[in-house]
Amino acid sequence: MSGRLRVEWVPGTDELTGVCHCGAVRRAGNPAEIWDFLLDHPAHGTAR
Amino acid sequence: MPFPRNQWYVAAYGKEIGSEGMLARTICGEPIVFYRTSAGEVAALNDRCVHRRYPLSEGNRDGDTIVCGYHGFTYAPDGRCVAVPGQTRIPRTARVPVYRVVERDSLVWVWIGDAEAADPQAIPRAPWLDSPDWVTVRGMEPLAARYELLVDNLLDLSHETYLHGGYIGTPEVAQTPITTEVDEKAGVVYVSRRMTDVECPPFYARSTGIDGRIDRWQDIEYHPPCLYLLHSRIAPTGVAPLADGDDPRACHAEIVYAITPETETSTHDFWMVSRDFAREDEEVSAFLAESNRTVVLQDVRALDLLEKVIAAEPEGYQELSINIDTGGLAARRLLKRMVEGA
Ligand code: FES
Ligand SMILES: [Fe+2]
Ligand SMILES: [Zn+2]
Repeated sequence: MSGRLRVEWVPGTDELTGVCHCGAVRRAGNPAEIWDFLLDHPAHGTAR
Repeated sequence: MPFPRNQWYVAAYGKEIGSEGMLARTICGEPIVFYRTSAGEVAALNDRCVHRRYPLSEGNRDGDTIVCGYHGFTYAPDGRCVAVPGQTRIPRTARVPVYRVVERDSLVWVWIGDAEAADPQAIPRAPWLDSPDWVTVRGMEPLAARYELLVDNLLDLSHETYLHGGYIGTPEVAQTPITTEVDEKAGVVYVSRRMTDVECPPFYARSTGIDGRIDRWQDIEYHPPCLYLLHSRIAPTGVAPLADGDDPRACHAEIVYAITPETETSTHDFWMVSRDFAREDEEVSAFLAESNRTVVLQDVRALDLLEKVIAAEPEGYQELSINIDTGGLAARRLLKRMVEGA
């Protein structure tokens, strides 16, 4: 695992997919929500 | 938001600081005078005389010292006052603060913060800028806007389509998928946009000489607070890098910005374009310098306007962010952490 937090977005779709370095994934319709999750979720590896 | 302290900032291009004269520049609200000593080192002193606060940059150099232009207090590169007029005793407190400076990759970096915390290893690199394998054009424009607006601007290049149409913008920029990554440990934001089989904007058509459709990669690497790198790859459609990573048929441009706050509402907008193609061609250099300056001035005009709008509004106005802002929002969060010292 790269240690990076990744957010994918394909224009034309409205969803962002955020992937944490721990493997946790979150889909959301805006970047603020994605970063709230990726930068702040505690308990990496258990949060799904 | 105030400035992140205990950080390195680009204060100047090395070439701006000659063996004669002085350069006065305010960095993060601190007035600084820069000059080059006979040993070739850059000295950086607080630009205020301890006597009556007259700017030292308005005085004169005498060898490696600066003589204040008001009453003649004379300062050494380490900030110590070494002579005062009419008396032999120099007050012990006669010393101006000095700043740590590192000259690297043709840039003069200054440390804003506690001197003991300064680590030159932490300075991000941009080796193209003084490599013989690359040719660089550069400039600096004063921006009458807070640095955060320039960070927002550079992290979302979809604005090229609207603000820079006919220069670097084409419709496909705003239409192509982006991937945004954050390396929290290293403190880097990456935004990558890989366009395939697209129109070549005039900026690259005229400089690379590539006819027809291209594959265009824009890979941003932002090292907050100051250094922004845009790795730009232009190749005829279908031409991929070789398996060993070598990429001889593509043209590469390294677009570098240094985003240095001057005051809370003004910014030094340093811009550089390094290229590995048409290196001998002076016309291409002139064209890229002129075009990039035009593009930067389009941004400056927009951001100066935006600063006025924001300054006139009450605190706490509500913005609306959408998916194109993913990189910009990540950058803001890293900057906020830096300001809070987290
Ligand atoms: S203000 Fe500099 S010597 Fe008086
Ligand atoms: Fe721009
Ligand atoms: Zn996680």
